[in-house]
Formats: sequence, structure tokens, C-alpha cells
Amino acid sequence: MKNGKAALWIVLSLLFAGRALAAPDESAVEKGRQVYQKWCLPCHGDGVGKPGTDALAEHYKGQKPAVLEQRSDLTPEMIRQFVRHGVLFMPSFRKTEITDADLAAISSYLTRNNKPKP
Amino acid sequence: MRLPPGVSSQDFSSALRQFEEAIGKPWVFTSDEDMDTYRDSYSPFWHEDEDPVPSAAVAPDGVEQVQQVVKIANAHKIPLWTISTGKNLGYGGSAPVLSGSVILDLKRMNRILEVNEHNHYALVEPGVSYFDLYRYIQERGLRVMVDAADPGWGSVLGNAIDRGGGHTPMRDHFDAHCGLEVVLADGELLRTGMGALPGAKTWQQYRYGFGPYVDGIFSQSNFGVVTKMGMWLYPQPEVHMQATVTVPRHDDLIPLVDIVAYLMNSGIVTSTTQFATPLFSGPQEDSELSALRARPDAPSAQELEQLFQRKNLGYWSVDLPFYGPAKVVAAQWEYARQRFSAIPGATFQEGKLYRFPLDPKELEQVPNPVLLGVPNLAIFGIGGPRSQGHLWFSPIIPMTGEAVFEAQKVFATAYRELDLPVIAAGQTFFGPASNYPRCFLILFGFPVEHDIEKNRKNRAAFKHLVQIAAEHGWGEYRTHTAFMQTVSDAYSFNNHALRRFNETIKDTIDPNGILSPGKCGIWPKHLREAKP
Repeated sequence: MKNGKAALWIVLSLLFAGRALAAPDESAVEKGRQVYQKWCLPCHGDGVGKPGTDALAEHYKGQKPAVLEQRSDLTPEMIRQFVRHGVLFMPSFRKTEITDADLAAISSYLTRNNKPKP
Repeated sequence: MRLPPGVSSQDFSSALRQFEEAIGKPWVFTSDEDMDTYRDSYSPFWHEDEDPVPSAAVAPDGVEQVQQVVKIANAHKIPLWTISTGKNLGYGGSAPVLSGSVILDLKRMNRILEVNEHNHYALVEPGVSYFDLYRYIQERGLRVMVDAADPGWGSVLGNAIDRGGGHTPMRDHFDAHCGLEVVLADGELLRTGMGALPGAKTWQQYRYGFGPYVDGIFSQSNFGVVTKMGMWLYPQPEVHMQATVTVPRHDDLIPLVDIVAYLMNSGIVTSTTQFATPLFSGPQEDSELSALRARPDAPSAQELEQLFQRKNLGYWSVDLPFYGPAKVVAAQWEYARQRFSAIPGATFQEGKLYRFPLDPKELEQVPNPVLLGVPNLAIFGIGGPRSQGHLWFSPIIPMTGEAVFEAQKVFATAYRELDLPVIAAGQTFFGPASNYPRCFLILFGFPVEHDIEKNRKNRAAFKHLVQIAAEHGWGEYRTHTAFMQTVSDAYSFNNHALRRFNETIKDTIDPNGILSPGKCGIWPKHLREAKP
């Protein structure tokens, strides 16, 4: 359900921040990069006119990178939550837009910089 | 399981099985999580029971599958709500008017069937976004330019049949279309214009064909499912340059608009002109302007005129975008400048000259490149970083300075009465802008919040504004699904003769009323009296 999306964002950030992952699969990462470029970059890219990046810059105030590709603390659970349910002015995305396979690939890409389990 | 209104559980289960057989089980969605993705992300009904939610969604991948889905729905009398890319945010997103409708999601139909750089057109399916079409053109180095709606993920086809607008010479998107393919409620396949001629060689070149021109009844309507559309494109211009004219006094708006109207109706300025005042477009860091923006009352025009003159800002400005060969653009701007010089104190500023094909490095520095025919999502920063969405109140008014003054006065008064934030001197709206020929579109942004009371207040205010506009002869060009009935009610000439005519068409070509019930206030017979 869509109740409390903003609050959920913060809770999920705390719950999953920095959670360790297995080493990334290179082909999945590359596929994820391509899907990310198509669906996410227009809002979350670097540079001017990127409202998603601007919103995250305002939210984190320098404590974390505003550009998602530079993060190393995202988890598949967080990414799925935001993509399927949206947050603030970011809308939800349907499976006809981003399939579950595409979503898994985006997760591989955005978690590629996460530190492996000790 | 949520059911469509008036459909039994047994019938719905049977229909779902048939949908799965027709288009494949993975493309029939019924889970709560999936249904949430079909809600309106910018719904003005957040947390309220009235928030429309579908019962299922089906996503065919071709016109034959669409025909099958429609036939199954017709046999079971199941309402379908058609979406293309489903990103019509601010106007309803992917959610239906009638809760429990099955979403007919055409996003998978995303084929670009042709882009012709000699006659400058494209033939597309509903799922093709502006991003998709732009990418296709760039990858092939085709010498055509897309006119994108502000949100680049919008559907080229969907935006046109919703009569959306853009900024460049092809800005009136429905006017720029040429030829439709439509699935009717009984599954029949129809092609309009020259498409009615088997083997036609000019489906995307000559729009009228023979006999009545029916394309208009498939725009902002629920008479069919449009599955293909031809779209005229602009030849890739040699250059683009946006110039700005600024005039010093409040009353200068009257000759300023007169000259703009002459230039546009003469074909000298061919794109969306955007008017502004320093209240919005002036320096954001200016403390006096900021104080004015925050003032609850409305300072007089004279007070503002003196302030703007002291700051050498001018009272009004208009942006004039030019496209075409460099020599022609220079001549158009020179002539326009000559005409505007009749206004004492008018000043002129030439923007950057962009040459096509665009330099990618140069493009990276442009905050909103939609004027260059480059789709993007910069518009979504409009509400600020904590925005939870927005919708638009968007009446059309005459293209005259007097009409702008009247609209300012009327809406400023209404805003005060409705306890909505009034910006100085009645500046309650963006624009005016000429996204459509011969008139002004003015836009009022309404924030959507996850706050029931605020949304209730804003919904009531929105409906009141529709009525006030109608009392002054102004009507909305398009509206959010939540207000389609209200806006339809305002178009009431001769006891709603137009709506009754539309209902006659609806009852004839969709007697079971399965296609998008309630779209733009058109309801099928069985729901007309008891409509939600």
C-alpha cells in the first residue's frame, strides 16, 4: 500500500543501509547499467535538470552522494520499494515498464560498489 | 479479489482466464502490489476510499491481442481503462475514473514503425515515449526533430490524443497527427484518413481521406482504442534561437500581446511564446521580490511598476523561440524587433544560438532542453525537492492583454475567497503561453499532498475555479481524471447538447459501455444516472 511513503523511505534507508551483498555478476551489472540509463538516468543522473538527484541532494545534504550510481549502501529491497511504490514526486513503475528481471538488473548495477561480506 | 462494478466473481474469473489465453499469463496482473502500480502516483485522493484502484491490468503486445482483449471484455461487460505509457501525471497517471476497471496497458506496444526524414513524419504505437522516439532518431542520424511534451516519458500517441502540447513548431500535438488505427468496442479494426484505402501510400501525408473526418472523436474520448498514429515531425532545423522582449509598464502588455498575435498568426513566430513578469522570472535572491512573492495581499500594479522600474527589470517579458535556417531566423527576429519597437522602452535580448545537430557537450549544460526537441524530466523539479506531486488547473483564455488582466483579477479574487496563496498583483498562474494557436493557455499548479484535509480543500477549490472560469467564458483544455465530470458539466451550451451527442455516439458504438467509462464526462448508458 502507499501509506507513509516518505516515512518508509527513511526507515528503509536505516534498515538496509550498508547491508553487505555477494560479489556482483558482471553481465547482470552491465545489463543493469543499460536499464538504469534508459529508465533512471533522466531523473537521477549527474548534472543540470535532474530532479531526482536534486531532491536527494536536498535530503542528504552532502552526507551521501546525491547521484544514485555513486552510492554503495543501496540494497535490492530498497530499490524495489522505490521503483514499485515511488516516493515523494517519484511515481511507481509498472512491470510493463520495468520488468522484475530489469529491476533485478538495476539492483545488480546499483549495488555493484557495495562492500562484500567479511 | 476486487471486482469490476456489476461483474460477478465467476464471470470475472472466466474473463481473466480468457485474457491469459489471449495474451499470456505473465501479462495479466491482479495482485495488490501490481494494482498499486496502476494507482495515480499524484492522486488528489491519497488515503481516501475514493482513490480509484483497478481490479486487474492486461498488457497486450499487438493490435490482434488488443482486439482479443476487447472482445473478451465486451462479452463479459467488463470496463477497460486504456493507458499508453501510463505517465500522464498531473492528469490522472495510469488510474481509471471508475474504480474496479481493468487497465488496458499498451506500454508493451512500443514499436516505432517508421520515421520518414523526407516527408518528416513517424508512425508509432501507443507505448512509444518521447525518449524512445528521440533515441531512435539519434541512433540513425535522421534529420527530424521531435516536439516533446515536458515529461519525456509521455506517450507520443497518448499525449496527442489527450491533446497535449509542446513548445516547438509542432507544438499542437493532436493537430500534428496524421492517421489513426483504432480498435472499436466490438473488436473491429478501423483506420482513419487515407488509412481507409487498402494499400494507401499517403496515410501519414494526407490526413482527411474521403468523407467525414472522424479523428477528432477519438481524442479525449472513450470511443475506441487507438493502436497506431502518424505524427508529423519538424525537419531538423539549422538553428534555434530564443529571444526575449521586455516592456516597462503594466499596460504595455496590451500592445505586446497584439504584436505577438500578429507575428504568430502571420507565421513569423511559429512556436510557443511564454509571457512572464519579474515576480516569477526575476532574481530569486532579490529580497524585495521575495518579500512581494510572500505577501498575503496584492500590491497594486503601480507599486509593482515603480519597483520594477527602479530595479530596471521591466514589467512584462515574452520569450520568442525561433527555428529554421540561420538567415530566416535572423530575418524573423529582425522583423519582430522592428514591430516591438513601437512600444516605448521595449528592450531586446538574444539567447544562445544553437546549431543542429546539437553538440552533446553543449547539450549537457542546458537545464531543460525541451525547446531543442530533447525530451527530459526537468519539469518534475517544479514543486521542489519535497513535492509529493501536482495537478494542473488549465483554462484557455483569449490572446489579448485585456483578457490576461481580467483573468488575473478574477482568479486573484477567487484565490483570496478560497484561502489559496495569492501572489502579488493577481499573479496566481504561470504564463500565459501560446502552446495552441490563437489563444492563451494559463496554468495553475495545485500541489498534491498525502494529507486528506488539504486535498479535500484543494479539490473543492479546483471545482470552484472551474465554475468561476466558466462564468467568464473560459474552459479547461484538459483535466485530471478527478475533475473530468466537473469540466464536462461546464461545457453546457443548449442543455449539454455536445455531451448528449457524445453519449449518442457512445451508446451506438459501445453499447455495453466497456471503453474507459467516465473519460471526459462521457458515461455509458447503464452508468449515466448512477455515475460515481
